[in-house]
Amino acid sequence: MNMDALPGHKLVLDAPLPLDCGVELEPVTVAYQTYGTLNADRSNAILICHALTGDQFVADRHPITGKPGWWQAMVGPGKVFDTDRYFLICSNVLGGCMGTTGPADLNPATGKAWGLDFPVITIGDMVRAQVRLIDHLGIAKLFCVAGGSMGGMQVLEWAARYPSRMRACVPVATAARHSAQNIAFHEVGRQAITADPEWRDGAYANADTRPQRGLAVARMAAHITYLSEAALHRKFGRNLQRGSLTFGFDADFQVESYLRHQGISFTERFDANSYLYITRAMDYFDLAADHGGALAHAFTGTRVHFCVISFSSDWLFPTSESRAVVKALNSVAANVSFVEVDSDKGHDAFLLDEPEFHATVKGFLAGVESAT
Amino acid sequence: MSSLRPDLQRVAEMVAPGSRVLDIGSGDGSLLDYLHRAKQVDGRGIELSMEGVRQTVAQGLSVIQGDADTDLDDYPAGAFDYVILTQTLQATRQPKAVLENMLRIGRHAIVSFPNFGHWRVRWSLGVSGRMPKTRTLTYRWHDTPNIHLCTIRDFTDLCTELDIEVERALSLGRDGRTRFEGAGSLANLLADQAIFLLRKKT
Repeated sequence: MNMDALPGHKLVLDAPLPLDCGVELEPVTVAYQTYGTLNADRSNAILICHALTGDQFVADRHPITGKPGWWQAMVGPGKVFDTDRYFLICSNVLGGCMGTTGPADLNPATGKAWGLDFPVITIGDMVRAQVRLIDHLGIAKLFCVAGGSMGGMQVLEWAARYPSRMRACVPVATAARHSAQNIAFHEVGRQAITADPEWRDGAYANADTRPQRGLAVARMAAHITYLSEAALHRKFGRNLQRGSLTFGFDADFQVESYLRHQGISFTERFDANSYLYITRAMDYFDLAADHGGALAHAFTGTRVHFCVISFSSDWLFPTSESRAVVKALNSVAANVSFVEVDSDKGHDAFLLDEPEFHATVKGFLAGVESAT
Repeated sequence: MSSLRPDLQRVAEMVAPGSRVLDIGSGDGSLLDYLHRAKQVDGRGIELSMEGVRQTVAQGLSVIQGDADTDLDDYPAGAFDYVILTQTLQATRQPKAVLENMLRIGRHAIVSFPNFGHWRVRWSLGVSGRMPKTRTLTYRWHDTPNIHLCTIRDFTDLCTELDIEVERALSLGRDGRTRFEGAGSLANLLADQAIFLLRKKT
């Protein structure tokens, strides 16, 4: 898809973006969507941060897949993020492939796609780009910053770096650092991509090809980590695709067929190099390390209201990671609420219809609104 | 504000306005909500049930899902003016550690519990030879969450052992209304429940 034809808004930053790696990146475009209306005193804005393979299309039909927005269950009139009350903003992350500058875009120095010449970015860099967007929109203080998984990492980064620019935050199914296990899974995905001969050292765009097989395998491996054993069993069990075993290596089991479909359809909407860069950004995330080794230092003196949420069957970002955040917040006597929502749907629960989760966030937002 | 349970009303009276409070086992948040509205208290809650947490969060109050036995260690010393534990001490696995933690985190602790020394309890055990079931202790022996029941005398003994000063003791009837001040033998015989305001001896 021609990215110039994407629906939604685009902001071209008027100055280079300083990155954690030391590079001053330019030009930088930030693609974003908004929902609802900004009120007169600009106090009702909520920034939504998307996950690894999400994008700015939170609550409308996806321009490539035609599917509903990834947080359609949460965002809309009368919903948790009530578009009749709040002004919602979601931008594609830096390094992404849905309109915000990333490795698939043209490098002005060469006139070709950045590929591996694109600088390695961090969660902090993504947030820095979001801050520019919020500046551009004339919003001094966000009412809330919310997001799940990698979106939750951005939420925590916001709370640690820009506490004066937000009243509340909702980090969901996330962690203050990427664990060894999570880095390991990401490495499997990256190896799958770079092992694909069509990857061509990242310069596949110049050869007008794409490492689709590698990216599909990366997605398949990652997809398993988003589900729980119980959810997989409920959905597929050992059900066969054609009623009997073929004694071959076709997709005999429904779960195989499902994963293959997930892998292939993902490649239609996602860029392989973006996947490398964004997974790397998550791996590098370690909020405690950025604050002298103690997570609590990231939040010292904070006045932000926190609502930390985890899901009981999430083994990718388990409750213990959320509790570590809560513990750090408690140790600086922050305003923190925490719920572990009972769910057997695994990490993906944050994207699904989970009434307890939705009711908690809705109540939290109302509570912060009424707090003086 | 008037719907606060009578025993919680007595607890609330012990809290100084504008103070910082941690309510352990905060339930649906009604005590925290009352303290916030009536006494401008900066409150936090710890509650085990997801439903209780959700109800409390929805009132704009801060509460974390957790329990007294495992989560008090996370709080720094002296973080609160009062740490409150109502009708829960007897259900904790390590009441002694919980009490010590409360007085580490808070300058004061407020603890209420059902008094196992009440004459009805003694009578029930002594005469019927069975574990007492009273109007304040409604469970049977095999389904009770109350694994560490104590008498007022047991509790004051523990306070002495831990160098804890009893600043105030209230003896309550089973309707939660005050009978009298003090934690002596008479209280131990007549109080259905007791509320203690405590602080660490300096």
